[in-house]
This record gives sequence, structure tokens and C-alpha cells, in this order.
Amino acid sequence: MCMKILHFLKFWPVKLLLSLSSCLLLLGCDSQDTGSIHTKSIVYCSEGSPETFNPQLITSGTTIDATSKQLYDRLITFKTDDNSIIPSLAKSWHVTRDGKKITFYLRKDVAFHHTDYFTPTRHLNADDVVFSFNRILDENHPFHQVSGGKYPFFQTVKFTELVESIEKINDYTVRFILKRPDSSFLTNLATDFAIILSAEYGEQLIKSHHKTLIDTQPIGSGPYKLKEFRSGSFIRFYRHENYWRHPVEIEQLVYDITPINTGRLTKLLAKECDVISYPIAHQKIIEHPELTLDSVTSYNVGYLGFNVKKPPLDNLLVRKAIAHAINFQAIIDIIYGDKAQLAKSLLPENSWAYTNKASSQEYSRQLAKSLLEVAGYQQGFELDLWAMPIQRAYNPNALKMAKLIQEDLAHIGIKVNIISYEWNTFLRRLALGQHDAVLLGWSADHPDPDNFFTPLLSCEATLTGGNRSFWCNKEYDDLLSKALATTNINQRKKYYAKALTIIDKEIPLIPIAHSKRYQARFKNIQGQILQPFGGIDFSHINKISQQQEGDN
Amino acid sequence: MLQFTFRRLSLFFFTMLLLSLLSFSLSYFFPGDAIINLSGQVNASQEELALLSQQYAMHESFFSQYWHYLLRIFQGDMGISMASQLPISDEIANLLPATIELSIISLILAMSLGIPLGFIAAIFHKRAIDNIILSFAIVGYSIPVFWLGLFLILIFSIQLAWLPSAGNISLLFEIPHVTGFLFIDILLSNSEYKWQAFYNALAHIILPASVIAIAPATVFIRLARSAMMEVLATSYIKAAKTKGLTNAQIIYRHAIRNALIKMIRHIGLQFSHLITFAMITEVIFNWPGIGRWLIESIYQRDYTAIQSGLLVLSSFIFIVHIITDFIYATLNPLARENKHGS
Repeated sequence: MCMKILHFLKFWPVKLLLSLSSCLLLLGCDSQDTGSIHTKSIVYCSEGSPETFNPQLITSGTTIDATSKQLYDRLITFKTDDNSIIPSLAKSWHVTRDGKKITFYLRKDVAFHHTDYFTPTRHLNADDVVFSFNRILDENHPFHQVSGGKYPFFQTVKFTELVESIEKINDYTVRFILKRPDSSFLTNLATDFAIILSAEYGEQLIKSHHKTLIDTQPIGSGPYKLKEFRSGSFIRFYRHENYWRHPVEIEQLVYDITPINTGRLTKLLAKECDVISYPIAHQKIIEHPELTLDSVTSYNVGYLGFNVKKPPLDNLLVRKAIAHAINFQAIIDIIYGDKAQLAKSLLPENSWAYTNKASSQEYSRQLAKSLLEVAGYQQGFELDLWAMPIQRAYNPNALKMAKLIQEDLAHIGIKVNIISYEWNTFLRRLALGQHDAVLLGWSADHPDPDNFFTPLLSCEATLTGGNRSFWCNKEYDDLLSKALATTNINQRKKYYAKALTIIDKEIPLIPIAHSKRYQARFKNIQGQILQPFGGIDFSHINKISQQQEGDN
Repeated sequence: MLQFTFRRLSLFFFTMLLLSLLSFSLSYFFPGDAIINLSGQVNASQEELALLSQQYAMHESFFSQYWHYLLRIFQGDMGISMASQLPISDEIANLLPATIELSIISLILAMSLGIPLGFIAAIFHKRAIDNIILSFAIVGYSIPVFWLGLFLILIFSIQLAWLPSAGNISLLFEIPHVTGFLFIDILLSNSEYKWQAFYNALAHIILPASVIAIAPATVFIRLARSAMMEVLATSYIKAAKTKGLTNAQIIYRHAIRNALIKMIRHIGLQFSHLITFAMITEVIFNWPGIGRWLIESIYQRDYTAIQSGLLVLSSFIFIVHIITDFIYATLNPLARENKHGS
């Protein structure tokens, strides 16, 4: 019929046009059909590129989200509902009575990834565990210096000073010998950082003289294996066919790296992403019939940190004046809405070590002015406030927050210059201490309260870069080590309460908010992706088909 | 024809000479060390830099430096990008085809929309239909590209969720890079999802191509209209009328053909406008083309990339001009007698 009509139109451009447009129409209809590749794959729109594919080397949340629970496994792990420690690669473990010897008994059925660049010949055994931890502990380990030789998480928890040695007892038994008992040792091993690498892959890389590839072309035992990564663009994972825990439902997992939050929302609404991180416009997502909004109360804190090494912020009165001059409740209302609560201390309220003794500073401009006067700064001064350039659950909009603080501080005569760099540059310059004050935050890696105190404010952390206040207090550090040396919970609570009082008095930083972490997804994506601690987890995720979705 | 070819080739030669000279001199005009701007080696040590300046003949005369620069360009070495530290020639080889693909499809879209509408307007000169088409042309020409792009995303991606808003294909499809032209690569690939990928890529190109096409299409409407009116006023059309041919016969057999020839040169001229629109559109739609890359390079102060990107893009536009000139000359013998290059 169509051809007959065309036949009447003798002139060729008209024919061409008509046939072209009819073709386009037909194709246009077909392109609406979602087809089979979409039912077996998930596109996750993430907020940034990972720096590396080895979580031992970093503490950044974006990298943890992309690597830890997707590519690797740990010896032990946290149970999601009650934060207790449960077996993972180790099917059981035993701690001696003095708390110094911990023996792990490994599973025998754990296969490593089989990829274009590596074919494993054996399953996981004790060699892999020794290899992975010795990379951190032993400076003569062939891979210790690869990728810089820095292991920030392990350095802040003083892992090297704690562990005397790791022994292989037999092929499936490994023993850690500690110098002293440490109540947070097991929780540290269950975090996203304590992953197990393949020793066999390490040997292959030594032979081929490509040692750096261990962190860029990773081999692990996790539910997904890396296929392709293009920085700033995407990460492509394929499922690990021989995953030891259970068959993985999703064939392909793609992280579509979309740093702009409106871009992520657009891609979600245009059905280009199945799940997006850190969504904006929550109401719009809740109202959408096919979408749903997930949240977890995370163990995190957004804070205003002071560089106490730089005058005039080395003066406690100045820090106190600033603390009184800022209307933090207004910041919570404007920046977070109902997505966070005002922080009363460094610890969130749901931590077992939380005490409501520590109080936040009341908002009083008068008091702030008089404090500045006493400190000798009645004329005011200039302050460089660094605002982090990316959105995090604990601070969704640091630049806006900086502007609010700028306004508040202008009232007491402090002129605030807001400074921001691209994220990696920002962190590097912060570590050099070029800032006066900084808006930053911390997401806990595990539920132990020590994970807030040590990485953020211990003297040790001034060297590794976690402590951007460069505040080092002997008494505070002593309290932390005492708290770690005992397993008596009540005792530990007392030590941590004291530590909180010191922070409250010295003000190396002002906790601002504890937030919830959000994610938006289509309803046909089932399973828990967000975790209360550390990185997201795609191992239990399933996508139900269009038809089933229609029935819902 | 030989003389025409020679004239065009000499024009090509001198333009390229000037372009390369400009691109070369940019490394001195940009802030920073010329050798770093030229090579893109921002992390090089002192020794490496010394070696580089030897290779680039930086201590010799400007002429000799320029000569070495030309030699390297001909070898396909444009230095490395300051931002990504990847060879610029590789990046361009990856990105330019995506831009060409988008531009060609937009051009086809613009022509198939603009030229027939222009002809219709001319045939129904000074009647309602003419006025409607002309007002459409004026509105289309006045709409800013970035506004239209966002508007279409708002309607078709966000509200209706019919068409994707970013990229040129869903990331789920792994298409091996052969020619760089996505549609050709898809057809060459042996993926089991080949046709799904093809439709997906097509769905991705609809919005950006429409955005780019709208302004050139309105230009084509006006050009086609005036070309057609010119032809309709000629004496041979009047002669045909007196012979008793029907209106339809006159238009199909005589008028359209002659009006189309006049259009061909304008298509070449419109191409540079089209590329400009494509660059903006690529940013809005996150299209992995050379325009977005160039704009990002400007943001990142990636001087090596700016320099080489400009050279490649302007040479490309110029080559398209030359080619359309040749086509025009082949179709229209009168043009070959035109003494002065344009």
C-alpha cells in the first residue's frame, strides 16, 4: 500500500523523504521496547569516579561504593539488622582468652574472578589472606610500595602497631597474633577496607612486571568482576559466575558516572538509570508511581573543622566565638530539610556510646562578639572557609552552607572567603593544611564508636590526613587507647563520654549534622542496596521483569 | 575544470598554512611554557623537558620550530592532553566521528524539513501557507539552541520518559570501536543485542539531532524559498507555461531541479553553523563528541587540547566547504567560470 502511494509521487526527493520518515517512525516505535538486555542488567548512576579499585588504599566513600562489596569479600562481615559480626570467607574463628591470638578457619569453595586478564587455577586459601594483610603490614612485601604504600584506614586504626604477625597454620587456617588485646580488631576486619586479594594474581603480575595493575585491574572473589572502566564516564561489571555465596541474578552492572545531581535525576526520570545515588527532589520521586526513595540512618557527621595550627584559629576563644555566632538550626532547616538532625556531639544518637551530656553551643551573636573582644579581634579578620565540591549525605550542599556561615560571621566582623577546588585537589591541599576552616564530614566504616574518634581527631590522623584540624591532644588520645584496651562496654562508654567533653571544650571542630543517606530507584529493582555502614551492596539485587512489574 | 580544481587546491593550501600557523602560535600566546603547551607534558621532569625541547627544536628559530611542529602533525603526533594525559590524536579519533555522525544526521534532517517547506512557501507565494511557513522559520531561527535542548529534555525525557537525555547509546551495550561511527560500528558488531543497540542509539540521537537541525532548517526554508522564486521568475519557466505544461509538471520537471542546484553551496556554508550548534548541543546532551571535549578543555585550561582540537575542527569544516564546492561545480558548469574563490 505504502509503495503504491510512493509510486504516484514521481519526484525522487519526495520519495526519499517519505520513505525515510516512515522508516524513522517504525524504528521509533521499536525503540520503545525495552528488550532483554535491560531485564538482566542494572545501571546505577553514581556521583563520581573511584580513585582506585583497591579499598585498602583509600577512605573515600565513592570508591568504597564502587569497589568493596562488588569486587571483594572480607573474612568476616556485619549482619545488616543488628551489626553483629558474622562469618564470610572465614566460616568460623576463635579468640584466645588473653585476646591476643585470633584464628580464622576459611571456606574451601571460594573462587576468584575469571577475567580477560587472569585465569585462577585454585580456590581461595590461607596464602591469599596472608598476602592481602601482609601487603599492609610488611614493608618488604612486593606490593607494599605499589600505589604509594599508604593504607589510610589501617594507619589510623594503628593496624601495623597492633598486629605482631599473621601465620598460615595450614591451607585453610590463618592466625593473627596481636601485641595487645584490642576490642575493635574484629570490627576493623569486617569493614569494607579489609578485603582479600588473590595471591596467585599477585605472582602473575610480578612475573609480567605489571605490579601496579593489582589496583587498577582488580581480581577478587566478590559477586561482580570488572570488565571496563573509563574515568569520569562509566564502570562496567559482569557477574561472577562462580560466586561462592549464591548465584548472582544480574548479568551486567554499570555505574554511570554522573557528578551533577540534576543530571542524575533527569537520567532516572528518563529511565536511563535504574538506581541513583544522592537524589534531589525527594517529593517528586515519592509522587512518581514507578519510583521509590530508600534511606538509611547512616553513622556519619558533617562538621565545620578548624585548622588549629593557623592563627587566629589557634586561639580557643576565636573558635568558641565562631561556634556561638553560627545559627546551626537555620543551616539544618535550609540545607538538609528533614533529611538530617542537628548534631549534638561527634557521635550520632543511635551509637551505643552516645551520651547527651555534651551540648552544642547556643546561638548568641552577643556572646560571640564579646568572646572576640576578649581574644583581641574586635576588628574582625579574614577567614578562608573551604567548602567541599561534592555532595555527600552528611553535607548535600557545602557551598550554600558556606554562604550561610559567611553571612552569620559577617555580623561579628569576620570576613569569610569561600574556597573550593575539584575534589581530589581539594583533599590534597587540605592535607597540606592550606585551609583556615573547612566544611567536611565523615561516614563511619563500622559501628564501633572508635571509628569516629580516632580517624577524625587523633594525633596519628594528623599525619595520615584524616585529621584536618591538626589538633593533637594527649589526654584525648590516652582516653581512646584506654577505651580500646578494654572489652567492658560500660568502661568504654565512660572513656568516650570524657573524650566528647574534651572535644566540646577544645572545639577542634563543630559537629553540624547527622544525616540520612538516600537513594532513588525503580520499584522493579528488589533487594537492599544501601547499607547502614560503608559502601553499597549489589550482591542481593534482582530486577523483576516488565510483566511481573505490571502485576504489582 | 582543471583550472577550477587548481584554484581550490591553492586556496586549501594557503588556508591550511594559516590555520596551522595560528595553532602553532597559540602555544606562545597561551600562558605558561610554550613547550609544555605544545606537548601537554605537565608532569615531565627537567630532563624530560630538555629532551622534549630538543625534539621540538625549541632552541632554534621560530621557522624551524614551526617546521618541526608541522612534521609532527603529519605524523599524527599532537602531544598529549594536559587533563587526561592521553594522546590527543587518539582522543580526536574517538570523538570526531561521533560529532560528524550527529552533524550529518542533523543536516539530513534540516534539509528534508527545510527545503521542501521552502519550496512550498515559494509556490504558494503571498498566501496563508507561505506566511505560516515563514513565521515558523523566524520563530525557529530565534530560539536559542540551549533553551530548546533543555525544553525538549524537559518534555520528552522528564515528563514523558520517551527518549533518553544523555549520551549516544545506553551504557549497557558494548560496541567495539572500529570506525568510530556508532551506527556503522553497531552494524559491524556481532553482539546478540545488535538491533536493540541500533534502536537504542537511534532513540538517543533523535533529540540532539532535532535541536541542531532546527536553526539550519529555518535557514534552508528561506534560501529554498528565494531560490525557487528566482527560478519561477525566469523566462524558461514562462516559456514552459506558454507551452501549456501544468503547474505540477513545471515544478517537478524544471523548477525543483534548478532551485536545488542553487542550494548545494549553501549547504556547505551552513555546515560551519551546524558544527557550532552541535558543540553546544553536545554539552547539553552529554554527547561524546569533539565539541563537548573542546569546551571541557577550555574549562580545564587544557591548552594542548584546545590548540589541536581547533586545528582539526577548522580543517574539517574547511574540507567540507571544498567538497561541496566541487560537487556544486560538477553539477553546475557556470560556477567553474567563476574566477574568484569564495
